[in-house]
Amino acid sequence: MTAATLEIPRGRALRTRVSGDDLVKRGLMVVISLYLLVALAAPLYVLLSKSVSTYEFDLTAFELQRSDESATTWSEPKTVATLNEEVGSVITPDQLNTGSDGRLSLTDLYPDFSFRSPVMYRIRGTSDDAAYLVGSELHRGTEWLELDSNTFRRVVIRPSASLGLDNFVAYFSTPALAQSIANSVLMGVISTVLVISIAFGLAYALNRSCMPLKGFFRLVTTIPILVPSLLPGIALVYLFGNQGLLKGLMMGHSIYGPIGIVIGSVFFTLPHALLIISTALSVADQRHYEAAQSLRSSPWRTFWTVTVPGARYGIISAAFVVFTLVITDFGLPKVIGGQYNVLAVDIYKQVIGQQNFEMGAVVAVLLLVPAVAAFFVDSAIRKRQVALLSARSVPYQPKPDRGFDTACFVYCSAVALFILMMIGVCQFAATVKFWPYDLTPSLNNFRFDLMDGGGWGAYYNSIVMALLTAVFGTIIVFVGAYMVEKTDGFAAGRTLFQFLAMLPMAVPGMVLGLSFIFFFNDPANPFNAIYGTMAILVVSTVTHFYTVSHLTALTALNQMDREFEPVAASLKQPFHRLFFRVTVPVSLPAILDISIYLFVNAMTTVSAVVFLYSTQTQLASVAVLNMDDAGDIAPAAAMGMMIFYTNVAARLLHGIVSRLLLKRSQAWRQR
Amino acid sequence: MKHETIPGATSAAVRSRLSAEGTEPVKSPYLQIENVWKTFGDFAALKGISLSIQEGEFVCFLGPSGCGKTTLLRAVAGLDLQTRGTIHQGGKDISVLPPSQRDYGIVFQSYALFPNLTIEKNVAFGLENTRRSKAEIAQRVAELLDLVGLASQARKYPAQLSGGQQQRIALARAIAISPGLLLLDEPLSALDAKVRVHLRHEIKNLQRKLGVTTIMVTHDQEEALAMADRIVVMNHGVIEQVGTPTEVYREPASLFVADFIGETNQFPAKVLSGGKVALTGTELACAPHGCATGTPVTAVIRPVDVIPHRDGTRTPGTSDAVATTDNLIDVDVREMEFLGGFWRTRLASPRFGDGLLVADFSINAVRRLDIAEGSAMSVELPRDRVLVFPERAA
Repeated sequence: MTAATLEIPRGRALRTRVSGDDLVKRGLMVVISLYLLVALAAPLYVLLSKSVSTYEFDLTAFELQRSDESATTWSEPKTVATLNEEVGSVITPDQLNTGSDGRLSLTDLYPDFSFRSPVMYRIRGTSDDAAYLVGSELHRGTEWLELDSNTFRRVVIRPSASLGLDNFVAYFSTPALAQSIANSVLMGVISTVLVISIAFGLAYALNRSCMPLKGFFRLVTTIPILVPSLLPGIALVYLFGNQGLLKGLMMGHSIYGPIGIVIGSVFFTLPHALLIISTALSVADQRHYEAAQSLRSSPWRTFWTVTVPGARYGIISAAFVVFTLVITDFGLPKVIGGQYNVLAVDIYKQVIGQQNFEMGAVVAVLLLVPAVAAFFVDSAIRKRQVALLSARSVPYQPKPDRGFDTACFVYCSAVALFILMMIGVCQFAATVKFWPYDLTPSLNNFRFDLMDGGGWGAYYNSIVMALLTAVFGTIIVFVGAYMVEKTDGFAAGRTLFQFLAMLPMAVPGMVLGLSFIFFFNDPANPFNAIYGTMAILVVSTVTHFYTVSHLTALTALNQMDREFEPVAASLKQPFHRLFFRVTVPVSLPAILDISIYLFVNAMTTVSAVVFLYSTQTQLASVAVLNMDDAGDIAPAAAMGMMIFYTNVAARLLHGIVSRLLLKRSQAWRQR
Repeated sequence: MKHETIPGATSAAVRSRLSAEGTEPVKSPYLQIENVWKTFGDFAALKGISLSIQEGEFVCFLGPSGCGKTTLLRAVAGLDLQTRGTIHQGGKDISVLPPSQRDYGIVFQSYALFPNLTIEKNVAFGLENTRRSKAEIAQRVAELLDLVGLASQARKYPAQLSGGQQQRIALARAIAISPGLLLLDEPLSALDAKVRVHLRHEIKNLQRKLGVTTIMVTHDQEEALAMADRIVVMNHGVIEQVGTPTEVYREPASLFVADFIGETNQFPAKVLSGGKVALTGTELACAPHGCATGTPVTAVIRPVDVIPHRDGTRTPGTSDAVATTDNLIDVDVREMEFLGGFWRTRLASPRFGDGLLVADFSINAVRRLDIAEGSAMSVELPRDRVLVFPERAA
């Protein structure tokens, strides 16, 4: 052979001449990447930098001079630090640590200060960075500024910023705050163990038994997804609270605290765990069971050697999802947690209660750690799970077994009863006059306009927000997924985009909401205008639920023939024609799934939007929180039920529309 | 020609053959590929491919998986741009044009029919947006569906058709825009054997009728032999041989081609002076070759080229070319396997050492010569069918 003579000619690798289509595609990808950068990466960056920024008044950075009453002779210039020592530290060291908005007045340095006196003052910085305000006017630098007494009264100095872990040190040295880490982890672990056990039992009964009413049980177990996580908290208050129906069952323990958090967490995370474990159990291979039977393995042994190992990735994955959901949820512990502090509520208290944004950022960063860890473990597990599935598996067919089926039925009925009871209690409490004293039916609790929290306006806002989220979110997500999946070249851009699209999964809603405050509330930010509007609520919600929607779209696009694009190009058709005539119609089921997912979640979410709503844009889910906070528990339950009705209606509508559309435009699916 | 093993030189030889054989003046090639390279990091998938294709030709890229045939097709289509080299189509440099600015129709193994559009809408897809009136489009679609024999299925959806029918629709869609070049990427691989044979005949006829220059990628040698005007045999990113189906079968340019197309017996041998080669236990006369005396070589003969004789005698009139007793070998029939159309036998002789010679005999010959397992017979290896190749590079 002549291999030695084969040598690649020198020069650059050829590149395709860019066509108009490519430009459009790249432009779209840049736009959606920018969206994720602005709505996710930049706010998170600001949050992180906030958490390591400390603000301190530097008293040596300013010099003062004072004249006598004739305003002719001046004292020696002295730094504020020196003056402070001379007057015996009227500015205490405690006062020096502050936040970014900290301001310090200087009149205390002169015990004889009077704003009516003719004495004049001069102030300057000792460096160019030293900044102080006269009224609201900003001054900076080493030029002397001469002021009369009345004006000097309005002088405040600004703190200097530095980077460091001081905020974290401060957090951990506050015992009450550090305790909430332990509390969060404890709640997470207990709830996870309980939920996984219950969900496994349910999934096993649904997939491996021949019990009746499977469809009913499947339906009931999705109910918790349709309500805010606050609602189980309210239900628990009614059932086991101070005037609770079943208070006796608590045997003197209070529902307000860890017990309530755990029961509520089980309620609202159950559907998520059930979905994952059920999928894992449903892919079982009949042949494994036949092999076990032919080897005369006992059912008990088969369970532990075939069933559990087959579902173990699903179980681990579900455990991480549940753990993350529990420790990042804020609504439930806010309602039922009582004095029991957890991380998510800490953020809320620090930011909303004490306006301590830096400390809020610290808690947010702490909350980010387990969520990010869970995300990486989960994605590693997902990769291994794929290898388990094989196209040649024979699906498992359960055989009727009277005793086993009855046991499964009883178990599922118990779980269904628990879920229906929680919803039923809220429904009942919402529609009577004053529970438990006056049980005559009444719609008084639905007169939201008489309560705090935004009234019916909040409900309509929620609907508008959910619709906008569903429409714009679906468009952004689907177009973004299309660009990742079906564009050639531009590999670096696509990788970055894919990373950004996966990131929201690892970011708890509270963290996202807080980072949005930091980023968008900065007057220097060109996007500042959307702060306090409906737009920021929609943007934050789309971003919060981006990843799952993105994965749904990717899966649908992935199933489509890779050769559609080359064929359309060879037929000289622009990509948008293929996109609208083939890609979108074929992906319609997935598109509808994404939109209903976004709608339902936008209706129920509290965590991100609680930091971002304004008086004009109050939301139903936040109203539930605020009414509960104000003690209007029955109206809170009523508003929660309104969200539930809306989501049920949306689901029904989605089902009908899907069926109609499929019938009309997807006739090709039938053979 | 068959002893040239330098791939780059092969196409030049073919070009000279083409110009020599026709009476018409030499046409400039329709598609000209020059020194095309494709690299993925350190790995070179195409190594300096040069190839010319005449207008109206049906050319097959044939080779094992990973040989670069699909990469070359995708470079021609502009789907995966070559790293270096130029491609001209109809005299125009298309080397770096995006697919939409090139002139070809393409058919993939997966058919890639749009599942939500009816058959007629699929075929019309490339015709819309081209300033054609609705009536014109409808007429053209009807013509095309007629051409592929599926006019009655116009309103159905792709999923309602069989695989073979779907592939014919894909073909109709590709030729709808009357492209200058038709690219077929393993179009028959997804079909079952019977449909495949039927459809390859149809595609070939259609191509002849339309006269469209066609490139088909396949790993199925039978398909290539049956359909192509010329076959481009590729391996490890280089062209091993370009030739008509009979040329690549009868006169393989390299041991790889001989091995890949059809079946072979291969014996290690050494070149003797006077054109003969020495095997372990015998000497064989062989076809002319360019290997120097004393070099190690591989002697190759196809099972179908082995001529059967009664034990020790030459059957009169069966050997046409060679009148000597060259290459006449006494053998024992070790195994016989009935393969329907013929018998496959494995023959032993001390002259082959431990190896067995595989030979295919017609049913007729087996009956006439009383060949049976365990019997003795003679076989002749015609000297012009004993091909000699330099030993495969390690």
